[in-house]
Amino acid sequence: MRKLTRESWINSSLVLLLALAPLCASLLDEPYYVNLASRVVIIAMAAVGLNLALGFGGLISFGHAAFFGLGGYVAGVAAYHAFDGSYFIGVIPGSDQMPVIWLVAVLVAGLAATFIGVISLRTQGVYFIMITLAFAQMIYYFAISFPTYGGEDGLSIYVRNSLFSLDTSDPLIFFGICFFSLMLSIFVTRRIMGSRFGAALTMARLNDIRLATSGVEPFPIRLTTFVLSAMITSGAGALFADLNGFVSPSMLSWHHSGELMVIVILGGVGRLFGPVAGAVVFVLLETFIGGFTQHWQFFLGLILLSVVLFANGGLIGLLAGRPRHD
Amino acid sequence: MKKFVSAGAFALMAATSMTALPAFAETKVGMITTLSGGGSHLGIDVRDGFMLAIEQSKSDVEVIIRDDARKPELAKSLANEMLQKEKVDILTGIIWSNLAMAVIPEVVRGGTVYLSPNAGPSALAGKLCNENYFNVAWQNNNLHEAMGAYMKKEGLKAPFIVAPNYPAGVDALTGFKSYFGEVEGELFTKLGQTDYAAEIAQIKASKADSVFFFLPGGMGISFMKQYGGAEVGLPVFGPAFSFDEVILGAVGDAAIGVKNTSQWAYDMDNAANVAFVKSFKEKYGRTPTLYASQGFDTANLMLSALAKAAPSDAEAFRAAMKAAEFESVRGAFKFGSNNHPIQNIYIREVVAGADGKPTNKLAGIAIENLQDAYVSECKM
Amino acid sequence: MNIALVLEQLLNGVQLGVMLFTMASGLTLVFGVMGLINLSHGSLYMMGAFICAYVAGITGSFWIGLLAGALGAGVMGAIIELVVIRRLYDRDHLDQVLATFALILIFSEGTSWIFGASPLWLDMPDLLSGSVSLPGGVTYPLYRLMIIGVGIVIAIGLYLLISRTRIGMRIRAGENDREMIGALGVNISALYTFVFAVGAVLAGLAGSLLGVLQSVQVGMGEPMLILAFVVIVIGGIGSIKGALVGALLVGVVDTLGRIFLPGLFSLVLDNADATSVGSALASMLIYLLMAVVLAVKPKGLFPANA
Repeated sequence: MRKLTRESWINSSLVLLLALAPLCASLLDEPYYVNLASRVVIIAMAAVGLNLALGFGGLISFGHAAFFGLGGYVAGVAAYHAFDGSYFIGVIPGSDQMPVIWLVAVLVAGLAATFIGVISLRTQGVYFIMITLAFAQMIYYFAISFPTYGGEDGLSIYVRNSLFSLDTSDPLIFFGICFFSLMLSIFVTRRIMGSRFGAALTMARLNDIRLATSGVEPFPIRLTTFVLSAMITSGAGALFADLNGFVSPSMLSWHHSGELMVIVILGGVGRLFGPVAGAVVFVLLETFIGGFTQHWQFFLGLILLSVVLFANGGLIGLLAGRPRHD
Repeated sequence: MKKFVSAGAFALMAATSMTALPAFAETKVGMITTLSGGGSHLGIDVRDGFMLAIEQSKSDVEVIIRDDARKPELAKSLANEMLQKEKVDILTGIIWSNLAMAVIPEVVRGGTVYLSPNAGPSALAGKLCNENYFNVAWQNNNLHEAMGAYMKKEGLKAPFIVAPNYPAGVDALTGFKSYFGEVEGELFTKLGQTDYAAEIAQIKASKADSVFFFLPGGMGISFMKQYGGAEVGLPVFGPAFSFDEVILGAVGDAAIGVKNTSQWAYDMDNAANVAFVKSFKEKYGRTPTLYASQGFDTANLMLSALAKAAPSDAEAFRAAMKAAEFESVRGAFKFGSNNHPIQNIYIREVVAGADGKPTNKLAGIAIENLQDAYVSECKM
Repeated sequence: MNIALVLEQLLNGVQLGVMLFTMASGLTLVFGVMGLINLSHGSLYMMGAFICAYVAGITGSFWIGLLAGALGAGVMGAIIELVVIRRLYDRDHLDQVLATFALILIFSEGTSWIFGASPLWLDMPDLLSGSVSLPGGVTYPLYRLMIIGVGIVIAIGLYLLISRTRIGMRIRAGENDREMIGALGVNISALYTFVFAVGAVLAGLAGSLLGVLQSVQVGMGEPMLILAFVVIVIGGIGSIKGALVGALLVGVVDTLGRIFLPGLFSLVLDNADATSVGSALASMLIYLLMAVVLAVKPKGLFPANA
């Protein structure tokens, strides 16, 4: 399509690194690092979802943890009912098949996002930030106080859900599943942004009056983007539940929404691979500074602050320079 | 015959001179606990109590300590790190029930021994009990049950009971009622709520003769301060979680007169405890809380088992753990069939201490040999 | 359910609302004038409480502590404005959210580094302990009554500051047209620092006042921050009047919901279910309120610059 820019070089090396690191770890018999890589990849995927709304659509959602958690809870609740053979609200059986869970997770999040979007997208700017936060808080408090699925204690998934005949409990195979999902979500984002729809979305972000005068209503475009974005994040949530073997309301908390935003911004807003870079750095920081000092959050804060003050455009921006369309 | 005796004597010698046994040198212990953010004083005390015991034993057990910042996902990830990368033999340290539920079931099913120094969610005592899981503190409901029993014994008729609306809060009120019976009124508050004016007004307007509340951490501090200011005048009861020495320091005089249930008190008169409180004060310059005592007991229980068997010999190590032959600072200590303690729960009263600051004073036994309510659900 | 109790609960709601207003007015002022979303406003609240508790502990006087808490938070606010915040005015909301989120981490962990992990002790001054009898058969804690009084004074003070003084005129001008006021020769960066510091003083004051009733601990600012955001969004961001109305609305709805919803549900459900459903709904209530308000009025009740 076009010749490789510096940014695509960076992106390719990032992906290569992300794929090779767990392979090496697996050869060295260090399953911990394989699982850590899965964690990075899943969080990256959640952030890819957020980036679609936030970076490409300019919709600053402070409530994406809600979709992440919804996906997680679909996986958890499905496995719970499959485990003890009971039924969700008395009629729907559980399932321990990943494809079924993913489909349901994506649909549930899509429905929720449609409902939230229809109300929230009437507002703009700070109001949008805050109303998405409000909806996430509602779901959070509901999850904490609703006892059937464990409330604040969360819900355990005793046996990792299965995908066809693969041994999903093998760290490397599970990593493969997550990695594939991440690549798929990046590919989907790329296709969306390369389409006429993507062009309209960019226009809606930059100048929605101009878009409206060319006969395209911005509202449905934004709503579709918001819903798609929620669906990707929800898929990541379902994987996250399987990785951890449990779900809990903390997946829905506003801190988590904040962290997802931090990851997107850290990596580079509106860059296709920004969330991946952000997730790598964030998870590694969290893991390794935590080993050095009890006050690691202090240093995490300092690092984040320096990135936003001095590295405008995030890590990818820092390495690759300004994007050409700006 | 003589040969047997000397072999026995040798084993005994080995057990008493702690560094001699290889089980110590090779043992790696992972501690995941809450050291930063809200509620970190619990984790810090558990850690300090635990490390004090390790230090006093002069053993060279390696302890790796990591902070979970009270986030379940992080705790889970740290548990993976401990097991898969550090390859620890024993895991311990988690403070909160929701983190415990995230981490422990998988850890113990994988064959690693877990010692709980604080959290005791009901599922782990009942349906999800496991031979590798040992609770050295209490089952979550214990202190509430004991208070229910005590208040009934004291002839109180109509308590008003309050807890946050989350599983541990619901369990607390259920546990209380299972030993007390019908109550005058009950209220669930929002988790993390800071203003209790409305709840206190309801209590004041009711016909209650007493108040029982379970509001851990900062919630309890807020409630007590506001309760004190509202001049309700009803006697207050609660579990020790809202009346440890750290929290009393923040609540101040408003707490004086409150009775609380605990499995331990720093003025308990047994040799192990007197020595523990003295050495803890010397080393850290503060009075230990019940969390510190739990950390200290957890480490000593572990050391007592390590003196008998290495964790790699799982069967023997578990048996040694279950025997619980160590000097607990709370006096007698034994495990029930589900590896949860059967223990006395005591009543402490908050009084003005020698320096004028409020402090706990042992005031009697609330209930003897209390066992948790979930033991029958445990099939082990 | 007697009238006195309902009145008392209403008063509790107003008192919560008044404190929320003190928090929210700073937040909304900073947004209105500088266009900045400040997530670290809750940290300033926490700083106020910590400084107040610390100074009151040393001097033995709550009043000196209160003064130190408010001023300390103000100084802290001025410092972070000079060092960090002023670099963010030209950035989009995203960068502001990230930078101030980072400030929360720094403040929270820094505070526990300096003051330790234990909550601090801060007690009510003897002068204000006890209750007073009000008409209608309500006895009400004096301290909470004083808080309501302080809130009213702040509301009036802010009104006078903004509508009657030269600085207020500049603030209003800044809200309407940022470039123009700079072009007119107003020292805009000094004005911004001043406005930010005023917000910080108010947050510190709220923290010191509520520190008496709450646990002075790390993380105490976050629930207040979220509530304050709910307040200013309902009221209309940038509008002081909106913040006042929003704060009272949130305070009253939250308080009454907590108390009366479980009772309401017990009319249709059995007791245990009613308590849990009612409490669950009560904790979601203010967010529900906010969603409804924004669904009807996307710019809040009193849109600024309308």
